[in-house]
Amino acid sequence: MPEEQVSILLPEGKVREGQKVPPISPEDLLRLYRVLLLNRRIDERMIKLQRQGRISFYVGSMGEEATIIGAAFALEAKDWIIPCYRELRAALLRGFSLFELCCQLFGNAQDTIKGRQMPNHYASAELRFGSISSPVGNQIPHATGLGLAARLRGTGDVALAFFGDGATSTGDFHVALNFAGVYKAQTIFMCRNNQWAISVPSNVQTASQSLAIKAQAYGIEGVQVDGNDIFAVYAVTKEAADRARQGKGPTLIEAVTYRLGAHTTSDDPRLYRDDEEVERWKKKDPLLRFRSYLLDVGHLSDEVDTNLEKEIRNEIDTALSKAEKIGPPAVDTMFEDVLDEMPWHLKEQREELRSVMEPEAAQQET
Amino acid sequence: MNIVQAVNSALRVEMQRDDMVVILGQDVGQFGGVFRATQGLFKEFGPSRVFDTPLAENGIVGSAVGMALHGMRPVPEIQFVDFIYPAFDQIVNEVAKMRYRSGGKLTCPMVIRAPCGGGIRGGHYHSQSPEAYFIHTAGLKVVMPSNPYDAKGLLIASIRDDNPVIFLEPKKMYRAARGEVPEGEYTVELGKASRVRDGDDVTIVTYGAVVHDALEAANEAAEEDQISVEILDLRTLLPYDLDAILDSVKKTGRVVIAHEAPKTCGFGAEISAGISERALLYLQAPILRVTGFDTPFPYTFEQEYLPNKTRIRKALRDVMDF
Repeated sequence: MPEEQVSILLPEGKVREGQKVPPISPEDLLRLYRVLLLNRRIDERMIKLQRQGRISFYVGSMGEEATIIGAAFALEAKDWIIPCYRELRAALLRGFSLFELCCQLFGNAQDTIKGRQMPNHYASAELRFGSISSPVGNQIPHATGLGLAARLRGTGDVALAFFGDGATSTGDFHVALNFAGVYKAQTIFMCRNNQWAISVPSNVQTASQSLAIKAQAYGIEGVQVDGNDIFAVYAVTKEAADRARQGKGPTLIEAVTYRLGAHTTSDDPRLYRDDEEVERWKKKDPLLRFRSYLLDVGHLSDEVDTNLEKEIRNEIDTALSKAEKIGPPAVDTMFEDVLDEMPWHLKEQREELRSVMEPEAAQQET
Repeated sequence: MNIVQAVNSALRVEMQRDDMVVILGQDVGQFGGVFRATQGLFKEFGPSRVFDTPLAENGIVGSAVGMALHGMRPVPEIQFVDFIYPAFDQIVNEVAKMRYRSGGKLTCPMVIRAPCGGGIRGGHYHSQSPEAYFIHTAGLKVVMPSNPYDAKGLLIASIRDDNPVIFLEPKKMYRAARGEVPEGEYTVELGKASRVRDGDDVTIVTYGAVVHDALEAANEAAEEDQISVEILDLRTLLPYDLDAILDSVKKTGRVVIAHEAPKTCGFGAEISAGISERALLYLQAPILRVTGFDTPFPYTFEQEYLPNKTRIRKALRDVMDF
């Protein structure tokens, strides 16, 4: 395991001496920048929306965009992303639309998961983007199973699990890495060490000198990377994916980053951390760093950037206003998808609810 | 065949039919499982279809979720159901909820097999009957056979079912219950009870190993007390066959429910409520439950704890004398 963090792009947007930027086309670089920017603006907007009482809850990812999007960009379309609740913008990179995103926040009739989960708990089978579970760490063994299935079936795909530093304390983290090591599962474990699990700092999660070092105990590769450096995150994830695909086993990546915002809209970080610390990390902002680089090398201009901002604002406005007008799904849908076919007791309970509701509300077409 | 052989036969039939069916668990490989349920399968299908896992139930079930998402059909074995609790979170929050929470798009069908129940002098870590936890969990099916024929047919049906199934095998009967079992494939439909004895005076609703105690009690009651007992073996606990229960209750007017699991909030309470909500006027006596007691499963007093023939006979007399 390398003793130092992998780092390519310095906080001021310059390439570290002796390092090379991964071969990514200018078009893809701009696409990545757009998703990072979109991610940031969505977060800012949705947090306001929650404050206005228009949605019940929101989980932002400000400051962690490079980890999330850099990792997702290193994968192929056939690869699985098994997220926790903070990486849904990785789905945007794969084509999840802003409109779908907004519909999920409202739990409306166009929500792809039919209003079944609170905001930020997306799923997309088409995009191989896993269904989000709130309990921390639960999803990690799923990525092990997907990576094991890929190896057994010879399908050539890999699975990447996202999770935070808090999740490394869970039993599911341990079993996932242990099983993956034993089976050489085609799996990448992407830990966003954002320094805080709600109010608990990462040094209370573990006495280990790092999270990446935990890989050693499972006999797998471990690497620490500057999580605010999109090039470094991309490079280490790409390498891990290649290794997994070649049957060389799983990798634990610790992306060192920072949660610039609150844990969720239900949290108030002023109660437990210093503004000074936040200010220090703002200087390492992954979005600003990437923008400086792109401006510097000429892939982006201030004019293009300003237009992009406008375009994104309009897109968010359009998707939001369209989604907000859509009513809830028909109440009947509450009883669907518990099993593949509705068993008698659920049919009976559906009738029980129908009997006290207006018929239009119960059976309204979605 | 006995039940272990029937389970083994079902697994073999399904693994031959569908390459996606794989078995994982502790000691299920070369060794063939501590109860020998997977005996010979490692040799026949190899280490990529039948494999031992590290010792962690949440890892077994959690990995199975991923494998199922990928399109495989895992049949994880939990060595004793008493050890299933580390996987409880994975089962309740993940396996059972995947279809619903993804809007029906992502599913993880699997059959989680586990030996259950008492009668082998195993104390409280080798004797529990936790079916109520799973029956209480939306998104699962729960099955418990009582005999070899049903065990094979229900297991094949469970593996072919597109929903996750908790398949509980009464270990006391693993070798004690024997019967004719076809070598090839057949299914026993999930959700259907079996009337294992016809009678007119009392209906015993039961499942698993207790079916055998109920039969003994019913035969004695017929001879000694002239009570005619009908017995329903539920076989599938969720969704359970309420129609079969109601048909029988409307005929007999008296009900005894018998299971090994503890009484309070046990499945018997649900059956009892289901009957009283729909057939109150047919009842000629209160519905009685003969169950395990609300104590941890005891070692020395195992026979007193279990809903044995003596306790079932007393309940039969009580509903007749009411």
